[in-house]
Amino acid sequence: MRSLVAIEEWIEEWTPEAATASGAAAPQEMLGAAEAVVEHWLVAHEKAPTLDTYEGFRLLALHRQAAKGDPSFNACRETCREAAYRYNLAQAPSTPEAWRANLATMRRVVQHLVYFVGGKLRNAQLGEFCCASRPIRNPAGEDFVTNGEVA
Amino acid sequence: MDKKQAYKKVAYYPGCALEGSGHGYNRSTKELGKKLGLELEEVKNWNCCGAMEVKNIDPKIQTYLSSRVMSIAANEMGHDVVMAPCNGCYHNLKKAEYDLTNDEGSREVTERLSSKAGHQTYQAGQVETIHALDWIKDAIGEEELAKRVKGGLKGLKIANYYGCMYTRPRHIFPEKDQGPGSESTSAPHFMDDLLAAAGAENVDFALKTACCGGAHTLSDKDTSTKLVVNILKAAEEAGAEVIATECPTCHAGLEMHQVRAEKEFGIKTNVKMMYFTQLLGVALGLSPRKVGILENASDGRAALKARQIA
Repeated sequence: MRSLVAIEEWIEEWTPEAATASGAAAPQEMLGAAEAVVEHWLVAHEKAPTLDTYEGFRLLALHRQAAKGDPSFNACRETCREAAYRYNLAQAPSTPEAWRANLATMRRVVQHLVYFVGGKLRNAQLGEFCCASRPIRNPAGEDFVTNGEVA
Repeated sequence: MDKKQAYKKVAYYPGCALEGSGHGYNRSTKELGKKLGLELEEVKNWNCCGAMEVKNIDPKIQTYLSSRVMSIAANEMGHDVVMAPCNGCYHNLKKAEYDLTNDEGSREVTERLSSKAGHQTYQAGQVETIHALDWIKDAIGEEELAKRVKGGLKGLKIANYYGCMYTRPRHIFPEKDQGPGSESTSAPHFMDDLLAAAGAENVDFALKTACCGGAHTLSDKDTSTKLVVNILKAAEEAGAEVIATECPTCHAGLEMHQVRAEKEFGIKTNVKMMYFTQLLGVALGLSPRKVGILENASDGRAALKARQIA
């Protein structure tokens, strides 16, 4: 598995021209990077990354696994779903320009995931202060916490 | 009473940010209301909603603080709708409503502190909390807005950024995701709808609700800067000239990290940030000064001038 740093460097250097060179494999490369990011999170939390899929995507299954017991991970629920949506769009017929533009958007979505998860691995509280707030003195589940939704 | 009528006069809860860094949002919300014939009555002697500091220490105290605002609006001012333009305030009032409906412990704490503070205890359901987006969308609507537009936004390309607290966590917003006409938590569109009605061209923006790392801007500012720069670049790559915001914290975060990215890392982005109320105000013929665009750190006047909007 590529390190998070390697994924971050790869995505920062990514160009639409590189996507054109990869051709049909480019959306899968991007999706694979997103999966690898969430896998890193799971491994760091001593969980075996699932091989299951959810709604046809392993990325969505991995996100659900990561979000269990960690409401702040819901902050990247839409990011993962958007990546899946962009992947689907890349499979649909379109002009080369539209295809590259969609891939460029998918890149930004996955890049967000890299930064968010990377940030959370350095500072676990990222995301726990605003939309997925958790009382700092109470472990999850010990008190009535309204933000405990699962993906 | 239908929403169009119910939202014509509402209790206004600006919250602390709109009196500080989000002053332009406060000014433009009030001016926009005036222009559209909507009435705002500021909640008397309002207090902090408990965001985010109190909530992370004791969520029940935050519930009480938010409930006091709603209690004053309902019991002392006779309102049944509270409009909060700040995502943090809006989120916290909604969370308090949810907690008071579902958690006995929160009700007990609120009852005890309300009695100690000497005001009537807020009962769940006494008011409806709405965001400024709901207010304009339901009291005016796109059709009416389009009719009233003077000059309009002339195809200005906009990326709409909603931030996190307007839609998450989903269960505290029971009115959302209710099918056609309702707001979506995964793909919010109310701001897109209103700005399109005012003549803007919304771009395909994939990071509408992505975390900006806002609350970590002091403890881990490099992560926040990376997250923000990615949002700014995504908007620019989608063709946006302006990012429309509806939260003072998001707005300040995007502005601050845009400056920091350039100063610290030499990463320059040109997209400008403006509150959606400022954009609607300008579309309705108000001057940039009147809606506080000059108070934004990100000066969007050139973007407006380039399209002869203002």
